[in-house]
Amino acid sequence: MAKAIVLAGSAIGAGLAMIAGIGAGIGQGFAAGKGAEAVGKQPEAQGDIIKTMLLGAAVAESTGIYGLVIAIILLFVNPFISYFM
Amino acid sequence: MNLGPKIIFTIPGLNIPISETVTTTWAIMIGLTLFAYFGTRKLEKVPRGFQVIIEAIVGGLNSIVKQTMGEDKVRFAPYIGSLFLFFACSNLVTLTGLFGKSPTTDLNTTLAWALITFFMIHYNGVKSKGLGGYLKGFLDPIPAMLPMNIIGELATPISLSFRPFGNILGGSVIMALLYQFFGYLSGLIGLPIPVLGVGIPAVLHIYFDLFSGILQSFIFIMLTMVFVSNAID
Repeated sequence: MAKAIVLAGSAIGAGLAMIAGIGAGIGQGFAAGKGAEAVGKQPEAQGDIIKTMLLGAAVAESTGIYGLVIAIILLFVNPFISYFM
Repeated sequence: MNLGPKIIFTIPGLNIPISETVTTTWAIMIGLTLFAYFGTRKLEKVPRGFQVIIEAIVGGLNSIVKQTMGEDKVRFAPYIGSLFLFFACSNLVTLTGLFGKSPTTDLNTTLAWALITFFMIHYNGVKSKGLGGYLKGFLDPIPAMLPMNIIGELATPISLSFRPFGNILGGSVIMALLYQFFGYLSGLIGLPIPVLGVGIPAVLHIYFDLFSGILQSFIFIMLTMVFVSNAID
């Protein structure tokens, strides 16, 4: 019974951890929108703008990836289950 | 599903387990060394054939380092270039089909790269500003900010290592689930071989392995260059 509760809690916790994806999505969308604006203003600087935009988008993605790592640990590694085995 | 690297063999006598990460990394290192050795044998004034590829790689990496760090810091280009090639190859190695797991899906690999970057930042900071000026940099803007600055410096290797690890591991988990799903679908129709999983995952492989892999390695070297040049200036 205790093991079942721990597993259920881990599954719910993994789902809650993936809420972190909201922030990453908003941040990446903001970066892409600003990048489109910049290309509209200066079409000749497209290469530099794309490079900077991808860098910023990947840095913004890291918050979502922290949540993904926590969710993967809870689902596949599960450090809490060892208390009951 | 087991996410950890498999233990390939154990060194007899010392009892040290050698995991799949180590063997794959050694294979990549041997491949890159052979590539560099045979690519630089018959160098000519006018490049032909294989030499064109080598010159394009080296010239592109040199120009990226010059643009990002400035003309006076070109001495970092060999380390940055080899790090980029190693990182990109370890993300793309699953596409060859010879290795089961990318070394990037092991946190040890990415943490090692991030720790090298961390020590590079602080070594170059001490070397360029002197020990007193380097320690004074922690008291900016006011001395009360000292704990925040220390936490911020320690957060750098953590974020730098978790970003590629989570990205590549998430992609590989999604791909493994997809292949399981296609195998299940093929079993429903009654096919012994999962034929359905032949063409459809290729599109996702292009995104998860090619695009994500190259992008993560590019971001890693860009952040390394920015941090190191900030520490020097």
